[in-house]
Amino acid sequence: MVALNHGSQRIGPDELVVSLKDVPELSIIEVDHEQRFLRIGAGVSWDELLGAPVDTLVPCLTQAARTVGSHQIRTAGTIGGNIATASPAGDGVCALVALDAVAVLTSPEGQRRVSVEHVATGPKRSVLANDEFIESIEMPIVDGWQAYSKIGTRNAMVISVAGVAVVLSANSNSCRIALGSVGPTVILAEDASAFARDSIDWSTIEISADSLERIGELVQQAATPIDDHRSTAAYRSHSVGVLARRLIERGVQEMRNST
Amino acid sequence: MTNIYDERHFELTVNGERRQVVDVYPGESLLTVLRDRLGLTGAKGACEEGECGSCSVLLDGNLVCSCLVLAASATQSSVVTVEGLGGATDMQTAFVECGAIQCGFCTPGLIMAATNLLERSSEPQTDEIREALAGNLCRCTGYGRIVEAVQTVIAQRGQGAA
Repeated sequence: MVALNHGSQRIGPDELVVSLKDVPELSIIEVDHEQRFLRIGAGVSWDELLGAPVDTLVPCLTQAARTVGSHQIRTAGTIGGNIATASPAGDGVCALVALDAVAVLTSPEGQRRVSVEHVATGPKRSVLANDEFIESIEMPIVDGWQAYSKIGTRNAMVISVAGVAVVLSANSNSCRIALGSVGPTVILAEDASAFARDSIDWSTIEISADSLERIGELVQQAATPIDDHRSTAAYRSHSVGVLARRLIERGVQEMRNST
Repeated sequence: MTNIYDERHFELTVNGERRQVVDVYPGESLLTVLRDRLGLTGAKGACEEGECGSCSVLLDGNLVCSCLVLAASATQSSVVTVEGLGGATDMQTAFVECGAIQCGFCTPGLIMAATNLLERSSEPQTDEIREALAGNLCRCTGYGRIVEAVQTVIAQRGQGAA
């Protein structure tokens, strides 16, 4: 819509625009408590992600939703739109990658499931075909701890300079750390995630200060940030490491306190 | 019945009235249609990219930036603009009395956002008010008096004055 307003994009006389706004099947939120599984329709707005049941089942997605735009933007913008936009700064995408979510893509040929991590192939580029749309997003309900943090110049209306989502699973004793705005797509920090998994003492739920430092370093190594009008690469690299270290520290502490 | 495939001619429900929109370019925003086709100039156009909130209207009761809504996608929706609030509401009066207006350009959007906030939450705290109005930019007032105006309405409604 911004491109249309500013005239950088036009709808040609022979072009057809299909609005998915009023398709009820895209507005579902389905919870399977037995299978510990959640399906969210691509047309669900940020505003709907702020409340029940998403806020208690996948709180990092709710936290990401709250950082998106303003109330006006959150009532109009959708989780499916966030994925399809394929921006490395997508707040929802960062949370979904940490959650190991899967996008259900639908076209006349049928459905296919692609990990949200792999939907974007670069800035504004994705695996979506021209006749394909995102129908829903499926994700596990993870017992443990999860959160999303981002850095920007304001609390509202900000595209992240750096963002980090962390999901700690108490059942599988594992960790997933996703990084936003520090590469061509949202990045899963695999080495840092594995190191965090191995360095957390899951019986006492503790982690050493040295291990936290190392996690910050490994996150910085996974990041490939650039200089642009929002930040320097150096600041992005620094801040993404700090965010990840603090999130893991807080997550371990809060998990320990809740047991 | 409107032919939904004829995107150059459609109907919108604005402030409770069915309005004909004819011969439009299908890429027009709801803001453009409201202002330039329907003569409703309450919603203002400034950034036209969702940053400033001066074009805020209600779409099926939800606060949106009308510049980011494709007008032709809103045929099934109910649109309420500042003109549709019904005259000088308590919120509008409070803005005037608290001095929450200088140039006035952002005011219709802020009135819509503040009105919508109190529909969602009857007694929001200061932080909630500021968060709810974060998408509306005002370059004159510094926001203090705008927050004060909203708090004045909350207090008045709490006393049953509204």
